[in-house]
Amino acid sequence: MSQDSTATGVPEVPGSGTERVTLTPAAAELLVKMTDIHGPLMFHQSGGCCDGSAPMCYPDGDFKVGASDVHLGDLQVPGLEKSIGFYMAADQFEYWKHTHLTVDVVKGRGSGFSVEAPEGVRFMIRSRLFTDDEYRAMESK
Amino acid sequence: MAKYAAPGQPDSVVTFKPRYDHYIGGEYVAPVKGQYFENPTPVTGEVFTEVARGTAEDVEKALDAAWGAAPAWGKTSTTERANILNKMADRVEANLEMIAIAESWENGKACRETLVADIPLAIDHLRYFAGAIRAQEGSVSQIDEDLVAYHFHEPLGVVGQIIPWNFPILMAIWKLAPALAAGNCVVLKPAEQTPASIHVLMDVVGDLLPPGVLNIVNGFGVEAGKPLASNKRIRKIAFTGETTTGRLIMQYASENLIPVTLELGGKSPNIFFDDVASQNDAFYDKSLEGFAMFALNQGEVCTCPSRALIQGGIYDDFLQQAVKRTEQIKQGHPLDTETMIGAQASNDQFEKILSYIDIGRQEGAKVLAGGAKADLGGELAGGYYIQPTVFEGNNSMRIFQEEIFGPVVSVARFTDYDDAIKIANDTLYGLGAAVWSRDGNTAYRAGRDIQAGRVWVNNYHSYPAHAAFGGYKNSGVGRENHKMMLDHYQQTKNLLVSYSQNAQGFF
Repeated sequence: MSQDSTATGVPEVPGSGTERVTLTPAAAELLVKMTDIHGPLMFHQSGGCCDGSAPMCYPDGDFKVGASDVHLGDLQVPGLEKSIGFYMAADQFEYWKHTHLTVDVVKGRGSGFSVEAPEGVRFMIRSRLFTDDEYRAMESK
Repeated sequence: MAKYAAPGQPDSVVTFKPRYDHYIGGEYVAPVKGQYFENPTPVTGEVFTEVARGTAEDVEKALDAAWGAAPAWGKTSTTERANILNKMADRVEANLEMIAIAESWENGKACRETLVADIPLAIDHLRYFAGAIRAQEGSVSQIDEDLVAYHFHEPLGVVGQIIPWNFPILMAIWKLAPALAAGNCVVLKPAEQTPASIHVLMDVVGDLLPPGVLNIVNGFGVEAGKPLASNKRIRKIAFTGETTTGRLIMQYASENLIPVTLELGGKSPNIFFDDVASQNDAFYDKSLEGFAMFALNQGEVCTCPSRALIQGGIYDDFLQQAVKRTEQIKQGHPLDTETMIGAQASNDQFEKILSYIDIGRQEGAKVLAGGAKADLGGELAGGYYIQPTVFEGNNSMRIFQEEIFGPVVSVARFTDYDDAIKIANDTLYGLGAAVWSRDGNTAYRAGRDIQAGRVWVNNYHSYPAHAAFGGYKNSGVGRENHKMMLDHYQQTKNLLVSYSQNAQGFF
């Protein structure tokens, strides 16, 4: 079950080790560009209202995650030394846990204080249901 | 039927300038870094103006202007401030069509809404706070025979306000009217999706306010919103948006020890009890309209009734007629007065809604209406249109739990009162809700049992001034749209006065 990640005090999600979040090539490319400008990055998945349900991308540490969040995984981006942590509020995760997330990027405008907005694009989540096999594998961990 | 000419056409009621700078200290000021960004209309996808891309340097300039104006503005009489708000309301009213069409063009919403709802509500809001500040009283308490506590209201000073794109003008006025009435100066950042229409408004009312009282810095969240929200020189920050940015703004506020008000969205249940269908009358028709309210403003409303809960006894029949009502919604050009649903505000919003329709299908929800983008062809082919969509499923699906912010409703069945309340409250949010019943006791009890800041009973999407609006749970902190909002923009000064001639007796 859940355990605290020693680095941040943010609980790991059950079945840690199974991939929950991934990136499209376009998103990976944009993250390299954004890292050049802002340094190491992180994601926190938003909920609610205008720009909600969007993955917000911040300079790592700019957004304080804590015990009310969960850590879904670290995104490995080719060309970046440091992986990018992906977090979500724990209560929101309860409603999202049966879905696999892919961070994509689309043309668009604005998403809170997320770093990519001035580029005329925004990160967006595409989702699929976990397969029964994936689900069983996570439950058994 | 009438169709307004598009801005840019010779007979349009509104003409946008080719470029908008920042409004600082009562005049337009170019951005320090000299950069601008393009502003497209979601109606056709074409760029119609460009807007200053603000940075921290511009925010500092605006704060200089605001603090320059604050001492004098804070000491104006409430009569003076109320008169200015009333004059602003009169000017907006005299230019209603121009401002309404500007907002429709920029946001994509149908002009029948901006003409009869958004802008008239904004006008009324200015007048409401003009009245409220005149009528506000401090208090006097006699603590004992010789000791009296006086409580005065004082302005905070300079406040920051970050405005959403779904009601660019109304949401700005919701925040501005109480802040200005209370004697504060403001630095406001409009949404980067809808930065221009507020400048059409400022062209109409700008000269009524002393320079520096209201300053507008345009730009992106990360470049202009963050230096405003995290600034040591604001005494309060108000934000409407989503949960992660709301938390981030609270984190900044904690560093500066300033108050925040947050309005962060919802997943509002719209509950129909069996008895609504006991007669096929005007009330039944009204309740079917209440179901279709999910399509108002293209579903881009924090209180969108995006979860319809229908009781088992009428479920099949009511849903069938509700779907029929949904299919009668006319989608089209936002500047056509017959149009009921226009364009989504931006491409990313459009893409996000489609991604939710996709996950809804994957989770096994059944599409009863819509379920795809709408291709309206011609000049609208490049715009962002989604068909009003009705899903049938259950409350654990993501389309029942996440704010899609589009014209999408998810429908589920409930058995009895307790089941209705259980499903209604099984959500992270608590902003809006509605109860439909002919039984006053049922409606009252449900209204009290639902954990939400606004529960409509036998109506929906009504936003009159003097009815408090705000969220429970993850939907935010604070209330708007009511005179209690003045408290969010005021300090309390207590003068504790002794009228005794004698020493207190300690030394």
